[in-house]
Amino acid sequence: MKGDVVLEAENITRYYKVERGSFQKPAILKALDGASFQLIKGKTLAVVGESGCGKSTLARLVTMIEKPTSGELKIAGVNIITADKKVLGDLHKKVQIVFQDPYGSLNPRQKIGHALEEPLLVNTTMGKKERRDAALNIINLVGLRPEYYDRYPHMFSGGQRQRIAVARALMLNPEIVVLDEPVSALDVSIQAQILNLIATLQEQFDLAYMFISHDLSVVKHIADEVMVMYLGKPIESGSRDTLFRKPHHPYTRALLSATPVADPFRTKERIVLRGELPSPIAPPAGCTFHPRCPSMTEICRDKPPEPYDIDGCMVACYHPKTY
Amino acid sequence: MPLLEIENLSVTFLTGGGQFTAVDRVSLNIEPGEVVSIVGESGSGKSVSMLALMGLLPWTATITADTLRFDGQDLTTISKKQLRQIIGSKMAMIFQEPMTSLNPCFTIGFQLSETLKIHMGMNRAERKKRAIELLDLVGIPEPEKRLSAFPHQLSGGMNQRVMIAIAISCNPRLLIADEPTTALDVTIQAQILDLLLTLQKEKGMSLVLITHDMGVVAETAERVAVQYAGQQVEKQLVKGLFSDPHHPYTQALLNSLPERSTAKILPSIAGVVPGQFDKPAGCLFSPRCKYATDLCRTTPPVVASLEFGRALCHYPLLAGLPTNYPEEVSA
Repeated sequence: MKGDVVLEAENITRYYKVERGSFQKPAILKALDGASFQLIKGKTLAVVGESGCGKSTLARLVTMIEKPTSGELKIAGVNIITADKKVLGDLHKKVQIVFQDPYGSLNPRQKIGHALEEPLLVNTTMGKKERRDAALNIINLVGLRPEYYDRYPHMFSGGQRQRIAVARALMLNPEIVVLDEPVSALDVSIQAQILNLIATLQEQFDLAYMFISHDLSVVKHIADEVMVMYLGKPIESGSRDTLFRKPHHPYTRALLSATPVADPFRTKERIVLRGELPSPIAPPAGCTFHPRCPSMTEICRDKPPEPYDIDGCMVACYHPKTY
Repeated sequence: MPLLEIENLSVTFLTGGGQFTAVDRVSLNIEPGEVVSIVGESGSGKSVSMLALMGLLPWTATITADTLRFDGQDLTTISKKQLRQIIGSKMAMIFQEPMTSLNPCFTIGFQLSETLKIHMGMNRAERKKRAIELLDLVGIPEPEKRLSAFPHQLSGGMNQRVMIAIAISCNPRLLIADEPTTALDVTIQAQILDLLLTLQKEKGMSLVLITHDMGVVAETAERVAVQYAGQQVEKQLVKGLFSDPHHPYTQALLNSLPERSTAKILPSIAGVVPGQFDKPAGCLFSPRCKYATDLCRTTPPVVASLEFGRALCHYPLLAGLPTNYPEEVSA
């Protein structure tokens, strides 16, 4: 992927301590265990995986809600681990987030106009009139009507609320927007509207998106690059076309085969995985996917595979499918 | 004879703002051993129609139907006691949220044997044996141990398996699955759908699958009923629905799926589903329909013939184009 790199992550990790009572040592939960990726201006990186794979932890790190336990995270060339408070404050404005559930992410007692103006109130020295104009401008931009300025969130449908959430994320002219499952709570016909809005805004403002999702059909539509995660580790990443046409990792292939396709005429390879996601507190030794993997061998149990390049994809597997 | 016959089923709720029609004259016949899917967005009345059938709606709901017959028995006239004997044994239901539909205070074993005790009259030893058998059938490892587990000790997928075990415990003739996999991950969803279809085939049950996911419909069902704002807008075989949709809503819905489009901007459906207070006068889909004419906006449409998939439309589509349409349209 070519272009201006706005965010660079090198082997970032995030561990949490889990208390287990007074007489036991706290356990270490490796929510994110070594992820490297780049976000490029005007491009979309999709992060795919099931619940518990560390997608949301990654979002928390990229939005600087939390700091990584180790590794390097550079936003606009600044390493956020060593940066001081003043620099970090400026960086916060450059990264915004849209959450999954538009019912939970808007304050029910705050008018839409005020919700939109709040980032300006905190971060800029704009006057009242300017803030109002900026808010009305953005309301128009996301396809809502100006009279919505004085309304409360409960007066809107899910799709409209998600538009408001997107509008709020854009108030400070960010460079990076993290979209954490932005359409999974919406109906199919509304989902298309929001996906279109997201695509148009990206073109207009040259935004870098990190699109977190579990829905592969949405990802296939919107992403430029895709990173598939399993139990805190990226197991395969590459450009959308290669990854969907030639998935190498057994987990990626299982995920693709498990995603229902709206085409009753298609016959496809069906790989049904046995078992469920293991506990991240005690992940399996070696490759974390080995207990569910159909092509598992001895070596998979002993040593975790290092990611390496196959046809332009980074794959962490001893037995990738080759084409 | 069909296992389930529903004709003109309507459900109205008494709300603070007056009467609200959640389900509007829905008809559906289900043959023994058939997989039928009801698909629609939120508020389309797909769950409410099935809950009405099961008698699980609150007192604010008024249910009317011309015919509501299950296995030869008329459900509109039988007593509550008789209805309770059918529900849970011959006709069972699985809900969307496995975590909230199981009681957190009781063990899996207890909740499983409850149905067996009430409907089958088994004694303790028989119940235990059957419960283990059922858990094994739905693919739960170490079933003896799991009997004493509480729902919070199992994952979402495992809880959904327990729900399925409870539902099939009395060998039902009809299983209604209300969005059984919406709360689950994709790989677990594939497992659960496979399990439901295997059980359906083995036991010769009829399966009604309520869903909003067109992908799930395409991969599991034989026949589909599409609902919009409480009305049934189209009924077809799965292959026909995807290759030649007859209602403009179905067509627009299929076109707006990301996987069926190659353009960066999806052909989305403008607007939202009408609510209680903004129901249009004519066809309910007319404000969002690209083919809508003055006739659509003023007169409610009637159900078209079988070859048009019983589409509720003035100009049912054929090969993507409206028939008897006043203007010239190109594809």
